[in-house]
Amino acid sequence: MATVFLPMPIRRRIGGEPSLVVEGATLRQIINNLEEIIPGIREELIDPELDDRVIRTISAIIDGEAADMGLRTTVGENSEVHFIPAIAGGAPIPLASQDGNRSKNRNEER
Amino acid sequence: MTTTEKPQEFKVVGTRPIRHDGIDKVLGRAVYGSDVRLAGMIYGAVLRSPYAHAKITKIDTSKAEAMPGVFAVMSGKDMPLVASGALDLGETVDDTAFTSDRVMAHDKVVFKGHPVAAVAAIDQNTGLEALKLIEVEYEVLKPVISLEDAMAPGAVVIHEGLIGDDLGEKVNNTNIAVHNRSEFGDPEAAFAKSATVLERTFIISRAHQGYIEPHASTAFWAPDGKITVWTTTQAPFGVRKTVSALLEQPLSDIKVIPTEIGGGFGGKIPVYLEPVAAVLSKKAGRPVKITMDRRAVFEASGPGPGGTIKVKMGVDDKGKITAATADIRYGAGAYPGASINPATAGIFACYEVPNVRIDSYDVVINMSKTAAYRAPGTPQATFASETLVGELCEIIGMSPMDFHLLNVSREGTRRPDGPVFPRIGNEACLEAIQGSEHFKSTLEPSTESKLRGRGMASGYWNGIGNKSSVTINVNEDGLVSLIEGNPDIGGTRTTIAMQAAEILGLPAEDVHPAVGDTDSIGYSDLTAGSRTTYATGTAAIEAAKMVIDEMKKRVAMIWETEYGNIEHVDGLFVSKVAPDHKFTFKEAAGKLGQTGGPVAMTGTVNVRGSGGGSFGTHLVDVEVDRDTGKVEILRYTAAQDAGKAVHPSYVEGQFQGGAVQGIGWALNEEYYTSDDGVMVNSTFLDYRMPTSLDVPMIETIIVEVANTNHPFGVRGIGETSIVPPAPAVANALANAIGVRLYQTPMNPGRILEALATKKTGK
Repeated sequence: MATVFLPMPIRRRIGGEPSLVVEGATLRQIINNLEEIIPGIREELIDPELDDRVIRTISAIIDGEAADMGLRTTVGENSEVHFIPAIAGGAPIPLASQDGNRSKNRNEER
Repeated sequence: MTTTEKPQEFKVVGTRPIRHDGIDKVLGRAVYGSDVRLAGMIYGAVLRSPYAHAKITKIDTSKAEAMPGVFAVMSGKDMPLVASGALDLGETVDDTAFTSDRVMAHDKVVFKGHPVAAVAAIDQNTGLEALKLIEVEYEVLKPVISLEDAMAPGAVVIHEGLIGDDLGEKVNNTNIAVHNRSEFGDPEAAFAKSATVLERTFIISRAHQGYIEPHASTAFWAPDGKITVWTTTQAPFGVRKTVSALLEQPLSDIKVIPTEIGGGFGGKIPVYLEPVAAVLSKKAGRPVKITMDRRAVFEASGPGPGGTIKVKMGVDDKGKITAATADIRYGAGAYPGASINPATAGIFACYEVPNVRIDSYDVVINMSKTAAYRAPGTPQATFASETLVGELCEIIGMSPMDFHLLNVSREGTRRPDGPVFPRIGNEACLEAIQGSEHFKSTLEPSTESKLRGRGMASGYWNGIGNKSSVTINVNEDGLVSLIEGNPDIGGTRTTIAMQAAEILGLPAEDVHPAVGDTDSIGYSDLTAGSRTTYATGTAAIEAAKMVIDEMKKRVAMIWETEYGNIEHVDGLFVSKVAPDHKFTFKEAAGKLGQTGGPVAMTGTVNVRGSGGGSFGTHLVDVEVDRDTGKVEILRYTAAQDAGKAVHPSYVEGQFQGGAVQGIGWALNEEYYTSDDGVMVNSTFLDYRMPTSLDVPMIETIIVEVANTNHPFGVRGIGETSIVPPAPAVANALANAIGVRLYQTPMNPGRILEALATKKTGK
């Protein structure tokens, strides 16, 4: 079974445990099985738009390298899976930038 | 050159052919961003905010619109107010709404130089005059410039809508966009058991990439809705995506034609002018070109972030590292996105550290948004960690080389942010420096007026793989044209062509590479992340293999035999069953017409990671003038792991270029900013970057520890070389003057101050 290292916010939520041993032959199976242990984590990790990759602000790293096939990337029996903030330049953007009700065009807003 | 294992045999890779674009560049024929000329083209000019932080209460453009020679005027109201969302640019992720606001302010300016309006006019001077007629009223707000002010309780909040992420907790009314933590082991317990523990705080200034060519973009928004953009960029497909998102136009209606690029270093990944030129073009009905002046480049484009880094390291009585912690705080500029995550990955990457905790903060301040700058985020963090190591070695009485070798990270070591390293060349770089003539040489002793010292430091950059496309067309004369989608910023046309030539069995000169536009080549991620020779080269190898395979089928048809009877050996197509049947590539290429038409193949890849990245170790000798504080670099040697150097001259050039940029960051460069957020040294006269007259020839040692992720063992090497210089220079200065400096730039003023402090003991 693979060892999954969780992002710090999720780690804190489950009492500080740095890693979990999870079954799964693909990244999708790993996340689905994580969902059984940590309800809601699937929604936090999977890009809802495409449903074939993790969210853009997180990098899924399997055995030291990026998951190039998205959720289809294979995971080995003794693999390490890390979810870490996306590398380089791009910080997570957790916000609706203004007040969440941007109109289509400023002219229409006025 | 140091090689650690029996290399593959190559005919083209590892040689030094003349670059394919050399003649055009030497003769001035190459077309850069501002060289673009189109029929009917007019010129754009951008009105920028004089304030670092202010609300826009009124913009009246009527007088400018009425001015003769003016074709169009725009402001934020002419751009869609797009919703927030992740804008994935390959290496970096930005927010769509913030990017839109950054390109053209909508109702608030958040940095000096923030665009508030733009005009398109018959010529540049008319445009600049028209800007003076635009009336803008501001309600000036208190600027937040320092990290301390931005992070203080009750700080003026720059973005009221920003919801901070503090280790997963949402925070309102904050300038701290993100607080991340990476942790394993128990650092506190390990510190308690350590023989020696050292903690220091470092300050590093924001620094600009200093590319010679300013940003320049031309756009034409045709009546049928199609938008064509000519621009100097590292990321043509990123520009297409950004323009599409910001202007809410279909992606495939936008064609981006990358021009030659006069330096980027990460700074030409973001979009600045393209959407503005497009909106002006739509209004004017003509192509519009906008070129930044140098002040705008400094004030309004993205340098690398400055910040404060607190580092703590413990060692046992033998010098073995027991634990390390760091607190990294970077000023992102006016929008979130400082490079805190690679800083976390890199800060202790050169060492095996059993207990680690790294906190990192992405903090918004009222200066232009920072961008990637060569190994983004990592030179700053490594300045702190490697300078601390230098001082720690002094305290415990151990040579820095022995300390590095004792604690070196290698295959199987856990990186500070978690993943385990595959095969890497860290140790080989140290050994290369240890074996160098420079290392073995004796530094001339100091005199009364000249203080001399030697220092070393190591550095790491991971790099990325990602997506690339390469198309190879076989011409009937036996030469091939190669189209790739990555702008060439370091000779990558040639290094990509060489990898294809290696497979095709052709000399590099017979492969003619060109950088295609976004309509003529498949999607390719940006030229950044030390990925182009590595990842796009892999796509070229794939395309070349497909060409050879198809050529074998065609040759089989010509010789009326089975495909399986054809081999491609040493550049020749030969028949296993008829030994006298032989074709050179050129002979076979000339006969393709009657075998099913031309051969053209496209290789596409999504390369998984970087294969462990590239490590480097630098050694430097400095001389300090005791009276003036001026520092002279006496000798400098850079060793770095290239995996396999495709074109050794270009690899050496990358080592040298990164070293010189790092020396500049160490000794001279800073944004000298007034309290109200105005950069007062926004020219190359006052923003002092080193030139060829300021540094000696940088000696280079190419280390080759093959990358198992690449068919030829190639590693991305463009960025690592900027990581070690600042701490190497800091350690050399400490060795020379007997006092430690903890802040860049380590300029004459700070050095004289340190010498005076040493003398008085205060």
